[in-house]
Amino acid sequence: MIIFDDVCKNYGSNVGLSHASVHIHKGDFVFLVGPSGAGKTTFIRLILREITEDSGHIYVAGNDITNFSRRQIPGLRQKIGMVFQDFRLIEKKTVFENVAFAMEVVHKRKKDIRRQVPHVLDLVGIADKANRYPSELSAGEQQRVGIARAIVNNPRVLIADEPTGNLDPVTAMEIMEILDKINLRGTTVLMVTHAKDIVDKMNKRVVAIDHGKIVRDEQGSYGFTDDEVNLYFSNEEVDQYVF
Amino acid sequence: MFSKIGYALKQALAQTNRNKGVNFAAVLAITAMMLILGIFFVAFVNVNLFANVISQDYNVVNVYLGEDNDDATNSAIEEQIKDMNGVEKVEYRSKEDALKIMKQRWGDNGYLLDNLDSNPLPDSYLVYVKDKSAADSVAAAAKNITGVDDVNYYQDTIAKLAKATRFIRNASAVVMVFLIVVSVIIVANTIKLTVFNRSKEIGIMKYLGATDWFVRGPFLLEGIILGFVSAAAASLLMYVVYGQVISVIGKDIMRIFSVPVVPSSYLIPNLVVIFAALGIGIGTFGSIISIRRFLQK
Repeated sequence: MIIFDDVCKNYGSNVGLSHASVHIHKGDFVFLVGPSGAGKTTFIRLILREITEDSGHIYVAGNDITNFSRRQIPGLRQKIGMVFQDFRLIEKKTVFENVAFAMEVVHKRKKDIRRQVPHVLDLVGIADKANRYPSELSAGEQQRVGIARAIVNNPRVLIADEPTGNLDPVTAMEIMEILDKINLRGTTVLMVTHAKDIVDKMNKRVVAIDHGKIVRDEQGSYGFTDDEVNLYFSNEEVDQYVF
Repeated sequence: MFSKIGYALKQALAQTNRNKGVNFAAVLAITAMMLILGIFFVAFVNVNLFANVISQDYNVVNVYLGEDNDDATNSAIEEQIKDMNGVEKVEYRSKEDALKIMKQRWGDNGYLLDNLDSNPLPDSYLVYVKDKSAADSVAAAAKNITGVDDVNYYQDTIAKLAKATRFIRNASAVVMVFLIVVSVIIVANTIKLTVFNRSKEIGIMKYLGATDWFVRGPFLLEGIILGFVSAAAASLLMYVVYGQVISVIGKDIMRIFSVPVVPSSYLIPNLVVIFAALGIGIGTFGSIISIRRFLQK
């Protein structure tokens, strides 16, 4: 589903990714872990083609996106659902409208929107909040809206960037259950995270990046020791996408 | 297709409404600049018409005959003129014919002449000459013949008018370029405000796979709405003001120059087309400029 073939990306003299090769299969659930600045964000931005690689090839859903033109980018992104740490909901739209927006953007018909939106709201467990505004919801509920929006167009891949970063542990686990459920329906899930306990508990495939290199790719635990975590993450900054 | 346009239009109307104040100011500014253009256009068209009408007579010297002349006097005058150098043809025009022709020239406003108590025009000879120097000498000589009331010809006026027309045309071109640039900047800045207000939404749209045209559409339409409203306001103002102006001084101009002003039934439809094209052009261009930078990210 997503293949990185010897991909390099540098920002001036800073390394973003260095000879990274990863093969994410259809239906996989993959955690992307690593210290801040390790290259996780670069990895995602390359998949979304917000930035372009210096060398190597990237395949998404069978297409070599490395020579995609500007016009092909919307089509690429329609195959990918994005979930953000800060939810990125539109404040002046209701829950229903926020999710419907994703369908309007790709010109879905009103009839389909009216049918599909309640369905995904039900799937993430907030069908009863359809007419509320984001400001009236808890953080966990807002993230559910974010997930509903990401999956409403049935994307092939769901990319979640620190989806539990702003949530308490209990709520975080609820979100993980939803993501797991979506994965079980056949959607490939790629989740960037720092949350060691979640990764350990979920027991999924873990791809670890450090200094732009893929340092580990195996089933199971978070991998970094507590000391490493403390060392790496003591001065952690929040990864931010720049529009 | 239509639903896409409908969606963009709904968004455009909503965001235009949200920034009422700024949009209103922009419309005022663009309307003002269209009015200035309109004034230049009106001046140009009228001077041009004036020049055209009288240039029909460029090779003609009008010799007006005294009111009390008898036929013998008139024939004597005709013979004298025919003998002059450079005269090609002499044609008699009675005061009745003169009035008829004047009526024709005045076109739509010809009815104004129906109310005259008596015909104020004199009988005349139209003396066709072969060039300007002949016109000068014939005019000078004819003036001295007894029984000739007055002589006039348009050669000099035409030359002056041609100059005026050229000047107005060039000046309007310069002013137009300047004003269009200013208007585009005004629209671009106005739209930029909306773009900033919605920048978060635009970012989300792009992650959701919106095409450039989907993002651009509402802003483009907002620009076009601005241009269109300005065009409508400018057209309406020109219609009212120009109508007033010709109803007040139009008659005087006709009486003094015996040339009609361009009727508003001809002028306004043309202005509407020009304003609408300008407004839409300015709106489109302005909004494309302001959204371009955002789309490239």
